[in-house]
Amino acid sequence: MASQSMHGAAIGRKPVRTWIALGLSVLLLVSPAVLVFLWMLSLSLKTEIDNIAFPPVFIPDPPTLANYVEVFEKNRILLYFWNSVLVTGGAVLFGLLVGVPAGYGIARAKAGKAAVLILIARMTPALSYLIPLFLLFQVIGLVGTIWALIITHLVITIPIIVWVMIGYFEGVPKELEDAARVDGASIWQSFRYIALPLARPGIVVGAILAFIFSWNNFIFSVVLGGKNTRTLPSAVYNMLTFEQLAWGPLAAAALLVTLPVLLVTAFAQREIIAGLSSGGLKDG
Amino acid sequence: MSVEHNAGSLPGRRGGMAAPATPGARQAPASTPYVYDVTRKYWLFIAPATIVVGLVIVFPWIFTLWMSAHEWNVTGDHAFVALANYKKLLTDQRFLDSMWRTFWFTLLATLIPIVLGVWAALVFHREFPFRGILRTVFVMPMMATPVAIALVWTMMFHPQLGVLNYLLSLVGIAPFAWVYDPNTVIPTLVLVEVWHWTPLVMLIVLGGLAGLPTDPYEAALIDGASSWQMFRYITWPLILPYVMIALVIRTIDSLKVFDTIAVISQGGPGTASETLNYFLYLQAFQFYNLGYASAVVVIFFVIIIALSLLLLYLRQRTKWTD
Repeated sequence: MASQSMHGAAIGRKPVRTWIALGLSVLLLVSPAVLVFLWMLSLSLKTEIDNIAFPPVFIPDPPTLANYVEVFEKNRILLYFWNSVLVTGGAVLFGLLVGVPAGYGIARAKAGKAAVLILIARMTPALSYLIPLFLLFQVIGLVGTIWALIITHLVITIPIIVWVMIGYFEGVPKELEDAARVDGASIWQSFRYIALPLARPGIVVGAILAFIFSWNNFIFSVVLGGKNTRTLPSAVYNMLTFEQLAWGPLAAAALLVTLPVLLVTAFAQREIIAGLSSGGLKDG
Repeated sequence: MSVEHNAGSLPGRRGGMAAPATPGARQAPASTPYVYDVTRKYWLFIAPATIVVGLVIVFPWIFTLWMSAHEWNVTGDHAFVALANYKKLLTDQRFLDSMWRTFWFTLLATLIPIVLGVWAALVFHREFPFRGILRTVFVMPMMATPVAIALVWTMMFHPQLGVLNYLLSLVGIAPFAWVYDPNTVIPTLVLVEVWHWTPLVMLIVLGGLAGLPTDPYEAALIDGASSWQMFRYITWPLILPYVMIALVIRTIDSLKVFDTIAVISQGGPGTASETLNYFLYLQAFQFYNLGYASAVVVIFFVIIIALSLLLLYLRQRTKWTD
């Protein structure tokens, strides 16, 4: 058949053609990501005149840091940054504190129902938790405080950490713990000195993913955050409503908001890919 | 050291939560009482999380169900109205329109990332120079803060000054109104969603590709199969369970889209991009119809549970293919 002879001929040329196809594919796949990030950087380093020029100016000439200076001077961005650190840090730490033992317990007790609950919690839209929590915080006077945000962010961090930890603790051979138990170790000791150290990579993965999705969360702070307690994403959203046309400062602020997450991704990509390719987790 | 642990724990993870039971527990009936006792003690580890999850997750679910049967405004006044909120939803044109819009958005924002994500996974499964760095760059969009990225897209979509219309003009395409036209706003928002979440599909499918056996390929090569045939008859059936998992996760995530819409189009122009989640937000925190919004949450919740159970079923399927 014709196709067969074509195939026979193709074998000789295959490497070159395959390399070209592969190279083109990689270029097409990676360029949207690169272009958006570069355009964000470009907008943040140009003057307002260049930013609204048409045709657009692509390369800042000369690059200016004026936008960044303006972001720091006109907005309390350091305060919002600190709020984000407190909220995300608090929610991740507390999430680890209760989530890691829970992952261990669920994995060892084979508590499938608890795991289903965690999965559904992870799938439910974040917004749907907000109505009751908003009312609750109103009653106990927490609306507008950092505490309300930390508590609400647990909705994001706990399901991620528990879900990741279940998988990692299932990977720790139970025989090791059984042996320790025979030697007289308590259940707590076998968790603390055997399972926990072996599942340490899982704790790193869980903490990183929980950090990223908590940092990126926007809606909780929009509804529950006060003037002084809002986190970075909702602070930058507020800038949008007040400074519709100031593209440079907006791009600079946007870059500052997402920079910590991008840096973590760059440095911990191995862990993140390991965690996501098998768990398929994302934020609420 | 840590890499070693990582590799060791991965096979267990691929099996999902219902990983193969430890042989020891099954094979030694004599130790059953001991195992039973220990299993009960494991609940101590789960207890703190159960309390917290009960307070911040389960309590809101039950309270929402209760609220959905009430007329409720923000001052706290409420009256029992039974199913009136649900009946009202069925005749609320704005709600029905948002459901329909959500359906289209979800369909597009699921299928396009699936196709692109499978392609990307096949590409990144190959060996090539700088693969690690390029893969990290490719994954960046799904980690980036959606609100921050949405701001940049907003500027790029600007009809007169936006860079996208300029780039289109270079290849002779007339300018688009992007999010400023009711007819193009949904596809435009889908574009942003595709940009963000194609990497997630890629990672899930890549996980599936990593577990593929090599023997069928060697046999097929000897039989003279083309690369398309090898993909169609060997790779595709083997990664299909992973593609299905990605499909369900994408469906759920598309249903929930909020940040992108809130920043880029605020549901507009008019109500042209008001999806279910944005409708919910407006009812709850702009109009303060808390009871009515709770009914929307309950409907939302039913859809999500159905999809989550489907996801669990699919996870079990991937276990069998291992």
